[in-house]
Order: sequence, then structure tokens, then C-alpha cells
Amino acid sequence: MASLALRNLFHDRTRLAVTLTGVVFSIVLIVIQLGLYLGFKKQILTLIDISGSDLWVTAAGIPSVDLAVPIKERKRFQILAVDGVAQAQNYIVAFSTLKLPDGRKESIEVVGLDPDVPLGTPRDLVAGRLSDLKSPDTIIIDEFYKSKLGVRQLGDVVEINDRRAKVVGFTRGLRSFTTAPHAFTWIKNAYDYSPVKEDESVFVLVNARAGVDPAALKARIQARVSDVDVFLTEEFARKTETYWLFDTGAGISVLIAAALGFVVGLVVVAQTVYASTMDHVREYGTLKAMGASNAYIIRVIVKQAVASGALGYFLAMAAVLPVVRASQDSSALIVAPPEVLGGMFVISILMCVAASLVSVRKVMTIDPAMVFKG
Amino acid sequence: MEPAISVRDLTKVYGRGAEAFRALDGVTLEVFPGEVTLLMGPSGSGKTTLISIMGCILRATSGQVYVGGREVSSLREGDLPRVRLEHIGFIFQGFNLFPTLNAAENVALALDLKGIRGTKALRRASELLDMVGIADKAGSFPADLCGGQKQRVAIARALAGDPEIILADEPTAALDSLSGRTVLDLLRSLAHERGRAVVVVTHDNRALSYADRIVHLEDGRITDALMEEKVA
Repeated sequence: MASLALRNLFHDRTRLAVTLTGVVFSIVLIVIQLGLYLGFKKQILTLIDISGSDLWVTAAGIPSVDLAVPIKERKRFQILAVDGVAQAQNYIVAFSTLKLPDGRKESIEVVGLDPDVPLGTPRDLVAGRLSDLKSPDTIIIDEFYKSKLGVRQLGDVVEINDRRAKVVGFTRGLRSFTTAPHAFTWIKNAYDYSPVKEDESVFVLVNARAGVDPAALKARIQARVSDVDVFLTEEFARKTETYWLFDTGAGISVLIAAALGFVVGLVVVAQTVYASTMDHVREYGTLKAMGASNAYIIRVIVKQAVASGALGYFLAMAAVLPVVRASQDSSALIVAPPEVLGGMFVISILMCVAASLVSVRKVMTIDPAMVFKG
Repeated sequence: MEPAISVRDLTKVYGRGAEAFRALDGVTLEVFPGEVTLLMGPSGSGKTTLISIMGCILRATSGQVYVGGREVSSLREGDLPRVRLEHIGFIFQGFNLFPTLNAAENVALALDLKGIRGTKALRRASELLDMVGIADKAGSFPADLCGGQKQRVAIARALAGDPEIILADEPTAALDSLSGRTVLDLLRSLAHERGRAVVVVTHDNRALSYADRIVHLEDGRITDALMEEKVA
């Protein structure tokens, strides 16, 4: 009976407050930790997501897109000679140093590309044009890093690797996982802005000709070009993701924190639901004496758990959504897509139902004869 | 007339070996519709054990229990709640009302167990509260009712499933004399006017004049001299 379940739940406001605090704390913790994890993932894959290529050719044995070492530039020509290749474009990703107008220095990640070839080029510019990169000594940065890099507007000038760099565009949402912001530039400028030499590249981005299977093309390139690794873009994304999230432990730690949130919520809710069950144990005994089955009483307890989970979820959302919104302008990006928020509803209900199982076990063993004892 | 409930050669032993305690020892008893039967006896005489076994919430060590002519002592544990639900209404010394539900909802809860819900259940609950004389208290919570009113709600609840047997455990123990008489009047009218078999466990001598039969228990046995004494 929903009425008995809800009345018992709302009867003891203090206990309800403790239960909801447990659920809210747990859900908020899980959403934030999962959101951080997804934020990490999004930032880790920024360059791969915008690549628009079928394949990535890299030096052999590199762990991720950010930690690559150069390969000889001529590899690109060997790749172009492989049957099935439509485009092969050099692409430089290398750490460097940017000097702010006030003399401070910041690490950056120089991304060298060809603005005329839609491989690895930044999209969604909120200011400037991609073609402006074809001028000497020009860069495009993400608007998020303006203050970090001492830039206020288009036309501002900084120094990269002791060379002048004029900001000609701003992107939105292309944030870096490392502390070094991306500075997109023409590949010819990238040689000046980074330690990469002019006869080198860091990656070759490859597109297959229409109708050519990228996996088959990958195998052909791997067979024809020595000392390189060839990845399907999806494979390279997984490799990069695995390195940063799991090999370094960064992702594991947030996932553990999320799991911890679940356990904390489970324990708090289990404790309060159990205490509530013990308070009402005589009532459950009476129900049994009246002819209620165990299933009926279990439904009462589970309904309480579901109501706690649902109420706690909505309170948690009220608390966490402003935090998620605020994170968009902070260094700790929290990504909470609708499917995660929806999934959290299911998790909060499951957590509360799981927490009620201890109580369910208790009511199964209640002896209805207790009703005749005083 | 067929008894509403009968027990034959009932024995209940608690514990084992040297610790064993024989709470009931060969009790045979029949309870008929339309009668108020009092179970009396000193503390520890086995009254509560007997009413618990008659109510199918405790199993006898040996002997048979018949409810509405059906042998129920051999039923599986999981089948007994349905027997209680369909045949037996309980009234408890401590009322055992649900404090978070008002009087009407307490009664409706018993109907809910039988699958009667919503406005139909609340309408029936109002009728039952009217029958026990507290229709005006339908919206009151147990904490706001006096002992007599609580017990009348409990009686209405016991009647909700329309059972043929009412088992009452010390129903007047917690009541003043006026409330006690009101409750006993109600129980008698349930038996005499509505044909219920009413069994009352009591120490209360006020109940004697309401009884059709008085069964005395002592040391787990019905004492021969007072067995099935017909009340004048």
C-alpha cells in the first residue's frame, strides 16, 4: 500500500532528512566524478575528434596523441603511394613555450596543420577565419585560455619559441587535457614554434579513397611503411584514452571516487531504512498476523526505498546542475549529458532498493506471534 | 452446527530436552459461530499460545487445527497468511494500529490486503467505523484517539475482511471500565447479531457476563471442572 509506505517514510522527518542527505551526497558525488571522467575523456580526445581522418600514422610505440615523437616527413610520400589513399596530411602536435606580454611563460601544445586541407583543422571558430592561419606567425587559440595566455582580443601578439605569434582566431570548446593549451597554426609556422624539424612531421593523417575499407588500407600502409604505427582513428582514440585514464591512473581515481559515492549512499540509506524498519517492526508483525504475505510487506519497504531514491535524485539534480554549468568556465570540466543524468535516476533507485534489502531480510523473519506479546 | 474453529489434542512444546516447556498439553476445543468464548486462566496457562495456534500464526507441536472445517495444521507456512486473511480477524491488547494512518486508513489497510482499494475501500471503512460508533473519528490519527476509540478502530479493522472468526487478546486490558464495556458489547453483538465466532483471551472479570462459554486453562490444559461451562 503506497499510503502506508509513504506515510511511514514522511512520518519521521529527521530520518527522512538523513536518508535524503545520503542519497543526495551520493548522487552528487557520482555525477561530479563521472562528469569529471567524461570531461577528461572529451579533452583527451579533442585533437582526435576534430581530425576528420580515417587513419593516424605515428612513430612506432607512442602512448598517446600528446606524447608523440616525430617521424620523417618523407613517410607522407610513401603513404601517398599506397593504393587506396585519398589524402595524407602532415600534422604536428608538440609542446612548446609561449611568452606572455608581461614576460611570464606558459607551456602550450603547438598544433601544425594545413588550413586548406580539412584534416585536423579546428572547427566552430567564434572569431577570425581559418584561412587567416596562412599568414606568417599566426595562431588560433581557444577562447577559454585567453586570460591564461594573456590574450584579450584578435590581433594580440605573444611569443612562441621566441617568435612572434599573432592571434587571428578563437575556437570554443577545444580544451586540452594537459595544462598546455592548444595553439593551432599553419604547419610552416609550427616548425618555427616547436622543436620539430622541417624534414619531420609528428603524425600523418590519412583518408581512404571512397569505397576503400580503412582497416584494409591500414594493413597495407603498415606493410609498406617502416618504423611507424598505423591506427584507425577510433583505435587511436581508445589508445590515447586508455593511456591517460588508466595507465596514468587519472581516470581510475575519479571512477573509484564515483564508486565510493555509490557505496557511501548505499550504506547511509541502508542504515536509515533499516532503522525505520526496526521502528515499524511491530506494525509489520501486525500486518503479517492480519494475513499480509511477505511479498506485500516487502513491497511497502521497497516503495519507501524507491520514493527515497526518486526524491533524493531530484534534490541532487537541483544541487549538481549549477555545478555542472559552472564547470564549463572552470579548469575542471564536468560533462553531464542527458543519458548520464537519466542513468543516475536508475542508479539512485537501484541504490536505494539495494539498501533496503537488509530490511527486507529482516521482515522476512518477523514472527507474527510477536503481536500477542504485550 | 459445524464449529468455526476447532482444535484437537493440541500440544505445544517450547524448547528441547531438559529445557523443554509444555505450553499446551492435549487441548481439544470447538468454537461455534454466534458465540462469545472466553479463554481464562492464570499467566503462563497457555491462553496466548492457544489463541496463536487457533489464529494460524503459531504451529502446534502436535494435534490438528480446523478452520471452517478445513484442516490447516498441515498447510505450508506460506499458505497460512491466506487462511488468516480469509477467515480470522485479530484484536490486540495494545490495539496495534498504524500510527501514520488515520482511523479510516487503518481499516482500509485491512481491505487493501484483500485487494479492495481506493474509494471503495474508504467507503467500506467508513461503514465499519459507523458500525462501531466512531464514524466521526474517521480522519483522526491513533495518537488523537482515546483507548476505547482505538480499540473500536481495531475492531472495525478486524471486521474489514468479513471474517467468520474474531480472536481478541486481552481487548479490555488497557481500557477504563466504560470503554471496556463498550468493547465487550461490540464483541457480543458481533457474535449474537452477526453470527461471528468470537474468542476472547482475558483476565478481566467484567467480561464474564458477556460470555456464552468460559474455558479455563491451567498448565496448558483445559481444567475439567470448568470446561465449557455454560454461562447463565
